[in-house]
This record gives sequence, structure tokens and C-alpha cells, in this order.
Amino acid sequence: MTAPDRNSMDRESPDSHAGELPSQSGEAGFTALQSESPDSLASLLARLHDALPQAGVTLRTNPGPAAQHSLLVEPTHLTEVCRFLRDTPDMAFDFLSNVTGVDWPDPAKADTVAVPAEGEANASASGFLEVIYHLYSTTRRVGPLVLRARTADRGDNAKIPSLVAIYRSAEFQEREIFDLFGVEFTGHPDLRRILMWDEFTDHPMRKDYVAPDDYEYEPTPHDAVLEKAKRHDPSQQ
Amino acid sequence: MAIDPKLAEDLKSQGVHVTSFEQLINWGRSSSLWPLQFGLACCAIEMIAATMAKYDMARFGAEVFRPSPRQADLMIVAGTVTKKMAPQVVRLYNQMAEPKYVIAMGACAISGGPFKDGYNVLKGIDRFIPVDVAIPGCPPRPEALLDGLITLRSIIAKEKLMGKHRARHADPQGTAAFPVPEFGEHDLIPAANREIWNPPAVVRQAEGGET
Amino acid sequence: MISDLSRFSLSSSSSAAPVLDDDQLLHVSLGPQHPSTHGVFRVNVALDGETVVSLKPVFGYLHRNHEKIAENATYLSSMPYTDRLDYICPLSNNWAYANAVEKLAGIEVPERAQYMRVILAELTRLINHTAFAGFILGDMGAWGSALMYAFRERELILDLFEDLTGARMMANFMRFGGCRNDLPAGWANKVSELVNGYGAFLDEMEDLLIGNEILLARTRDIGALPKDVLINGGITGPMLRAAGVNYDIRKVEPYGIYQRFDFRIPLGGTGDCYDRIMIRFLEMRESLKILRQALDQLPEGPFVHPKAKIRNFKPPVGEAYARVEGPKGELGFHLLSDGSANPYRYRVRPPSFINLTLLEDMCLGLDLADVVVILGSIDIVLGEVDR
Repeated sequence: MTAPDRNSMDRESPDSHAGELPSQSGEAGFTALQSESPDSLASLLARLHDALPQAGVTLRTNPGPAAQHSLLVEPTHLTEVCRFLRDTPDMAFDFLSNVTGVDWPDPAKADTVAVPAEGEANASASGFLEVIYHLYSTTRRVGPLVLRARTADRGDNAKIPSLVAIYRSAEFQEREIFDLFGVEFTGHPDLRRILMWDEFTDHPMRKDYVAPDDYEYEPTPHDAVLEKAKRHDPSQQ
Repeated sequence: MAIDPKLAEDLKSQGVHVTSFEQLINWGRSSSLWPLQFGLACCAIEMIAATMAKYDMARFGAEVFRPSPRQADLMIVAGTVTKKMAPQVVRLYNQMAEPKYVIAMGACAISGGPFKDGYNVLKGIDRFIPVDVAIPGCPPRPEALLDGLITLRSIIAKEKLMGKHRARHADPQGTAAFPVPEFGEHDLIPAANREIWNPPAVVRQAEGGET
Repeated sequence: MISDLSRFSLSSSSSAAPVLDDDQLLHVSLGPQHPSTHGVFRVNVALDGETVVSLKPVFGYLHRNHEKIAENATYLSSMPYTDRLDYICPLSNNWAYANAVEKLAGIEVPERAQYMRVILAELTRLINHTAFAGFILGDMGAWGSALMYAFRERELILDLFEDLTGARMMANFMRFGGCRNDLPAGWANKVSELVNGYGAFLDEMEDLLIGNEILLARTRDIGALPKDVLINGGITGPMLRAAGVNYDIRKVEPYGIYQRFDFRIPLGGTGDCYDRIMIRFLEMRESLKILRQALDQLPEGPFVHPKAKIRNFKPPVGEAYARVEGPKGELGFHLLSDGSANPYRYRVRPPSFINLTLLEDMCLGLDLADVVVILGSIDIVLGEVDR
């Protein structure tokens, strides 16, 4: 077997931006879907409304300086929205970077972080679990497109359709959210616990999780750990 | 019967070394400890660095890391022991043949370390297996690991092989295997092995005082 | 270890493989204690002879609850925990987290701090790829010889880190708005000397590796996947670029001041394990270029934003997702703030974890020995996989 030529490794693809100086606008060719270019996210939203009017995708504003606004999608329409985003040639959101689970026992708090538009329906009365997706387009150099999907409640109806058939990168991340939050991803090919052992029954990342009490020996505790350690103090029992 | 040290010195200068079986065996054992290739987390990288050319654990006879517990006699628990990993650690310890020693390297192996508030973190491997030397640090420098190894060697050198206070491995009644914890619904079952782990009860003073 | 594998069903493997009954297969559990699993990682492999029929990874043996601990800690107290995520590249993780918090709170970073960050990140890339070269050769049976060479160079860089941050590995050096302290006198010169001498080490390693028969036989045409499969699987980092996809966050979505530096992005041809190993050598050379430029251009000035808050840091309500090109891939932090001193949700997007998504696809139909090489070529660190 001949050794490959060392110089032959040093190849670049034709559309490489390598070595280019930044353009006059200061950006090196990447478009972030942020509020300073509201047109891009707003126009994307308009296209979604045109193509999938029944999906009911709404805009949620991010009040912080990062200004990464997101789109709230109904779980029942999540897969068709993602398929549209991935397969439409001039959208081409082919890369699912991150899937985050969030526990909102207090739904009003969720509205402070992802602010609904004026006059839109407020969050549900009960708490819910939320899954946030970050999509990028590798070919158009655009992103992150933030999608949010919320479950009906934190109990038996904590279900969201799985995106594994559309984005394979969701496979382990959805399993992790199932394990730690308890969201059931319908249609996932292998939905089982991933980080905790199989016999474990709790969902540790939920806000109301109580960890096992193994604070018997705490030589130098303070604050919250001190409270837990005091329970084991023999003089107080 | 111990020999007079002055006599031993005289004989040594003549080229005759006098020692006891205990000292000879302990010297052989401590000079050729074979660690188990067993790194859990970040401390493992410092352990590897200790075996590399700059810090060179080979000087102390411990550079032969064995992948199989059957062939190792030192387990350096380097890194956080999670509750999911704990049964495997105990199993590995049980599979090692006596005499065997454990070095708990790093804060996580000693007491859970910076992660001790975690729901999946075991607060110290000494909850399930006996630990001979504990090396604090996060991570301990390679020199600290070498210091721990030297400490272990001096512990081994002082081991008694006969008599009432003999080492566990020289005692036919000594336990070489410890119960493996099982996965429960919320925690390990049991959460700790109370026969080998009995920390002192800490009495907290009233509000305003220091513990 | 073997008894609980019976419930793993056969995955639909390539059409060439015959469908066998479960009891005709050999079930092997590789790990969690194994010399070649790069930590406590377990792979349940079902073999037909030597050929892999199905492969299911098992995670969680190092799940240290970083995200839960971060919810109860302040933003700054999570900084030392980010060191322990990908523990071979602590400074890179520090920067990724500081970047995310700066985006969340809208904090500016002064010039000198930006340059310091780039220098430290590229030094970290050097130690990561150097250690990778040593580890993967150890996986292939070189039994520590290559690791000796690799760690010899790594120790030089760790000495520099110790001079600057006080710790060899867990630096805890970045702050929101800059770095923790300024460069000591003479440190930049020491880095220059190291950078000038590093090329010789890379030449030496490449000479030993490029034409090496065993390396070629064990890594050529092993583990390659099509580009669109890799992108869809969320693969990032050298693994993606080895397949020829030109996606490096330093060029695509520059953070810090990367747009000021002149460097290229090496791309591989097929994406097999050989390409993945060699591309890291080329990336190291590009890192040396960046380091030289950064050291030349290093300005004077504050090392942290003068108004950076250390105590009572409460970012405004909102969320931010920021990613950097870590040595292993796209390291992202997703932070949700409810206005208090603790993050409401702190999420790490771990490149090693997501790069393992396609492990089974890459290994099907190959031998068990190839599984070890493929796993090594992905370059995982369990602290990041399990967090």
C-alpha cells in the first residue's frame, strides 16, 4: 500500500472561505437570525405561515441582549415543520445542533424568557416541559434557528414527536431528555434511559426532584448542605 | 527474634545481609506493584502523565499497568465514582487477587469532590471498598500521585504477615470480596457498606458557633 | 455482564450480512473498564465471528450531574466545572462558557483578553490533538510509545499553563469579560519559543506515522460515511472535516477575533480513520500559524473588562446559545436566565456525545478490532459525553 502524498491532504473545497478577508460589512459570511435583522426571521415565519398555515407557528421574543428569538411550534406539527425547514431547497436547515429540555413548573415564568407577542394566548395553566431545538444550515451559513415545543403537562401527557427520522443527531439527545426530564418522544426507535441506570425511576433534572439523602458525613458544610447534614446529627435526633 | 542493628550493620559491611522473611516479602511486593488500568475521569490524565517520561512512575516499579484485574494488585481509583459505575468498581476490586491495595486519587474518589451534590455521584469509593491511601487534589499533580505511591510502599513495608495484627491478605479469615451494590429505583442498594464505612458522627454546635 | 444483553435486538445491518438468531451471536461488552475506551464508556457489541452485527453504546458511567449542580450554583462557580467537562481541553471549555455568558448578558471583551483567549485556545488545540495522536496509537497496540512522545510535548504546554493560571490542567481562567489575570512577564516569549520548536515535533510524528504500514492497514477505508449522513447526524469537528465538509465555526461563525487571522481549514478526502488522524496534524500546523500571528499582534491593555462584575452577577432575563470550535467539535452552551444569580437552565452541547451518534453505522460489518480504532478516531472524552 503506497503512502499518500503529504501534500495531497492539504485540499480545500471550492466554496471554502479560507483565507478570505472579512467583507466590507464585517461579517465573514454568516447570517445570524437575530433581531438586528428582523427581516430574516420574520420572513422565515411568513413563509412557514404560507406553506403550513395549520401549524400555527408563533414568534417568541427573547428579551435579553443575545436576541435569539424563537418559534413556538405545536408538538403535533413539529415533524412537518422540521421536514419543511430541512427539505425546502432555499431553507436547507440540515443540521440540528442542540436539543435542550427545560422544566417549567411555573408556566408564567416561561413567558418571561420567551415572550409571546401582544394579544397571543398565554401559557397553559399547568406547568409543562419544553424542548428547544437549535437548527443551522451548513450550506447557507445561517443560524441558529430556535424552535420550541411544549408538552401538555408534566405528567402523563408529556409527549413530543421524535425528530430522529428527520435529524439523526436528535437520537441520543432525545433519549437524554427522556431520561432526565421524562418527556416521551413518540416514534423514537430506541427510547430508553441513557445516562442513569435502567432501574432508576426518577427524572433528576426536574425542578421538584429530591436527591437521595447521603449527607451523613459532612465535615465542612455550609448553606444548603449544612441543612441536609443537620438531619443526621445524633444530638438533634 | 529481632537481630541487633549494630550486628546487622557489621555484617552488612562484610557483605552479609540479614533480614526477616517479612521484610523481604514486603520489599518485593512494594517494589513491584502492578496497577490496574483503570482511569475514571480527569485524574486519569494526571495518572497517565505520571507514567510518562517527565514524572516516570517506572522508577517505583509501577509502570506495568495491567488491563485485567486478575493480574493487578493495585487499583488507583482516579476520578469520580458515579453510582452507575460503583458496582463495576466493586466487582473489579473483588476480581483482584489478594494482596491488593486501593489508592483513592483525587477529591472525587475520596469524598465525591466538587461533584458531591450530584444525584449520581458516589461520595467516595471508601463507602464500598477499603482504601489504603487517599491523595487529595483536583487533580493531584503527578508528583502527588508518586508521593501517594511511596506512602503505600511504606505502608506495605510495615505490614505484618503473622500474629494478631497481620494484614488482611495474610489472614485466612480476612475478606477479599465485598458485596456489590445493586441499582435501586432511587439510589444504590445499599447506599454504603456499613461494615467498612463508619464515619464519625459529627455533632453540630448551636447557631453562631463553628462546627 | 453478558446476561443483560439479550434484550438488544439485531439492528438492520447491511444487506450483505445474514440474519442470525440471537444465540448464534457472540455478545461482548467492551468496557466500562477497558484500555481502549477512552474512559468509562461501554459498548455492547454483538458479533458474528469477528464481524460486528450490532453495536449499542452505554453511557452514564461518568454522569456527574454538571447541569444540575450548575442550576444551584452561580454563573461564575460553574466555571471550574467546565474545566472538568472535556478535561483534556479545559481552557477551550472555559472560553465556550464565558462566550455564552457574555452573549447572554451582552458583555464586551477587551482586545488583549481576546488575543489571550485565542492563544490559549490554540495551545489547547495543540495539546488535544497531540494527546489524541498518542492515544489512538496506544489503541492500535503501540502500547504507550507514541504516548510518550505526545506527552513529552504536552508537558511543555502544561508548564506554560501552570505559569499563567496556576494549574496544569484545571485552569479556571476565563471570566465574563476577559481573563482572570494578565500574562506574567516573559510568558509570551516562552510561547513563541514553543511555537517555533513545535514544528519539529510534528515533522517527527508525521515521519513516523504517515507511511507506517500498520497504521495504514488498520485505518484506511475504515469508518467512512457520506457527508450528508454526517451532517444529519450532527457530527462536527475534525471528524466532519475529514470527510470533506468545510465547516469550521472559526470561519463560518467567527467568535472572538478569529476573523483577523490568516489560516486555512484542512479538509480530508474520504473521512476514514486515516484521514481523521492526519487532519489533526494539519490542524495543528494551522494552529501554529494562528499562534504566531496572535503573538505578533498581541496588544497592551486590560485583560478583563473594567466593569466586569464578579460578585452578584445577575444577567438579564433571556436565553443564549453560543458555540465555539473546540478541538473535538462544536461545543455549545445554552443558557436560560430568569434574572437571578443562578441559571434557570444550563445546558452543554457536548461534541463527543453527539459524535457518537453514528458509531454503530460506522462499525457495522467491520471487525471488532476496527471498532476500537473507529472509537479512537472519534476522539471522545467521557467527561463531556456524560457530563
